[in-house]
Amino acid sequence: MELLLAITIGVLVAASVYLMLDRNVLRFVFGLVLLSNAVNLLIFGSGRLTAGAPPLIDEGAYAPTGLVANALPQALVLTAIVIGFGLLAFALALVYRTYMTLGTVNTDEMRVAEPVADAKEAGQ
Amino acid sequence: MSWLPVYPLIIPVMTAVLSYLFRNSPAGRWISVVGTVALLLASSMLMSEVLEEGVVVAQMSNWAAPFGITLAADLLGGVMVVITAITGLATVIYSLSEIPARLERLGFHALLQTLLFGVCGAFLTGDLFNLYVWFEVMLISSFGLLVLGGSREQLDGGIKYVTLNLVSTIMFLSGIALLYGVTGTLNMADLHLAVREVEDTGLLTTIAIMFLVAFGVKAALFPLFFWLPASYHTPPVAVSAIFAGLLTKVGVYALIRTFTLIFDQDVGYTHTIMLWMAVITMVTGVLGAAAMNDFRRILSFHIISQIGYMVLGLALYTPLGLMGAVFYLVHHIIVKANLFFVAGVAKRIAGSTDLSRIGGLYAHAPLLAFLFLIPAFSLAGFPPLSGFWAKYVVVKAALDLEMWVVAALSLAVGLLTIFSMTKIWGAAFWPDHPDGIKPRLSSLPIGDRVALMLPIVALAALTCIIGLFPEPFVQFAERAAQQLLDPTDYVTTVLGVRP
Amino acid sequence: MQSLILTTATRLLVALLLVFSVYALLRGHNLPGGGFIGGLIGATAFILYTIATSVREAQAALRVDPANVAMLGVGVAGLAGLASGFVNEPFLTGQWLFLFAEDGGKGLPLSTVLMFDIGVYMAVFGGILTLVFALEQEI
Repeated sequence: MELLLAITIGVLVAASVYLMLDRNVLRFVFGLVLLSNAVNLLIFGSGRLTAGAPPLIDEGAYAPTGLVANALPQALVLTAIVIGFGLLAFALALVYRTYMTLGTVNTDEMRVAEPVADAKEAGQ
Repeated sequence: MSWLPVYPLIIPVMTAVLSYLFRNSPAGRWISVVGTVALLLASSMLMSEVLEEGVVVAQMSNWAAPFGITLAADLLGGVMVVITAITGLATVIYSLSEIPARLERLGFHALLQTLLFGVCGAFLTGDLFNLYVWFEVMLISSFGLLVLGGSREQLDGGIKYVTLNLVSTIMFLSGIALLYGVTGTLNMADLHLAVREVEDTGLLTTIAIMFLVAFGVKAALFPLFFWLPASYHTPPVAVSAIFAGLLTKVGVYALIRTFTLIFDQDVGYTHTIMLWMAVITMVTGVLGAAAMNDFRRILSFHIISQIGYMVLGLALYTPLGLMGAVFYLVHHIIVKANLFFVAGVAKRIAGSTDLSRIGGLYAHAPLLAFLFLIPAFSLAGFPPLSGFWAKYVVVKAALDLEMWVVAALSLAVGLLTIFSMTKIWGAAFWPDHPDGIKPRLSSLPIGDRVALMLPIVALAALTCIIGLFPEPFVQFAERAAQQLLDPTDYVTTVLGVRP
Repeated sequence: MQSLILTTATRLLVALLLVFSVYALLRGHNLPGGGFIGGLIGATAFILYTIATSVREAQAALRVDPANVAMLGVGVAGLAGLASGFVNEPFLTGQWLFLFAEDGGKGLPLSTVLMFDIGVYMAVFGGILTLVFALEQEI
């Protein structure tokens, strides 16, 4: 099972790197989405996969009985998903705004903040 | 168990809430001012407690470490929170004049306070995953501040800033995941002990490099700094100043924290990589600055170059080197924010930050010219200003290790820094204004003049004080460096087992 | 979007979702649920309303600015954490008040934990709706 998870993570990372190498910012952001999901799986896998019961404690007891799943990675993944969701929603909105304002999402053409003229001047 | 580390977090978040709810009235901005003053008081209280009692720890909801969320302030963390409050206060006062009511209604002050909340949290947390969360709080508010208003330049710079920082964040998170997989804990004090029992040290070194890359992006180290010169000159000056002062330093702080407390297994490997990254960062930053012809863009490249010195101090990994890094960190936040403030005033009275389109500031605004020289000379490392001592300690540390090339390069970078500063002086201050304008400070309304000049004067005074009376500051940096190199006190206090 | 079926169904579903969100919020301490998921369910109600009618009408139905709700939620959560300071316990430690508790039973349990959850509910509810309204208006 862990092998399967590792392969899935690897495929996701490979696909996301491919997307992130694109000049189109939107595809870059999609790559980020994939990558953040790959990392969430990585956290999940780091907590070791166990076929245990849910980590719930019976009423009156102070510790769970028998083998239970590790609850911490799930809490970490949940936090990471929520944060990632917020950030990526922001990034998508930003890409959209930028497209409406600049008329392009191609990084080669996005030279407003660092005009090409400056680079030529410096090269002379 | 103490409440003191909680105040620097709860004060900015409550200020953010109130200033957002009152964003449509002038009350909002005054709430922000009062809140930041309170933050300064709270952080000073925390600092004096740390100075007297040693490491101060708070366990949230009474869960003992390493199971709960821990806040811990040692000397480095404490002083960073104080300096955050000082820079925050200067920025809030400066923004009273600079930020138009339109941006205030969009929630400028709430975002600024959230930024301070995130930065203070990053300096105080004792847990690696929490550090990630604080980085995110800081990031999301900095995204907002960077593109607030939404001009073409801001959006263009914002895209690069957002995407590259997200990559770094994801890298950080995967580092955390792997470290948790290897050690089974994320509390930093507990990790200090746990990594010593890991058998596969090669894996640990790999994880260390992942952290180096993640924090290297945040700190703007070579070759990961390209987002910084693309974005830092685009937002309003108050935002540029606090970004320049604080944000990259959080990355440096995280590097110092993790590479002294957790990743000190294979110093010969990790810190050597860091050493050369630092040296190349210094050189490329200053060369980039030499090629620029805009006040703020020159300063942006200088941030990168100066980051090199701090990381160099850490990479040398001697008591003297770390002491230099701590001293440099504190000095540079003050100086850099101040230079951006000066650039903002110059833009305000002379009309631009493009060096070929301004001039006459020395003849018509001599006070501003004088106040520019203090941080500029300090940045270049002129005695007796604060930058001289910072550079002196770092270079001395390199010489002690007989790294002649490194020392020579850092001195050469200092020389090139002077070149950039004289370039600004020679274009913006010395000659007459190309359009024949006489840029006078008195052309500003009196209220604006106070709000703009007060932070500049205060920060310049602080630079002079550190420069003229370096003794207590140097001693402090020495103690902080000792605490970093021997974290026994930190670890025992956090884990609650007194030897 | 104009669809008779959706508009009619939305009237029922919005009310149902809002009630269910409060239910999820309240049962959250001991059972699956809580402020976060409650806030999400609550936000879904208004998102559905936005899809069925328009952003403008959804904003009118909500009456208050969702961003204010979100910030107020953060404030409420922060205050809930501060409450433990009055009894000299660390930040965020839960304080409980058992109303009408008879021997053995717990009566009506009120706590700062619940208050914190309500803060989270408001923050998530407001945050998601701010985001959705902004995106819907933009596109």
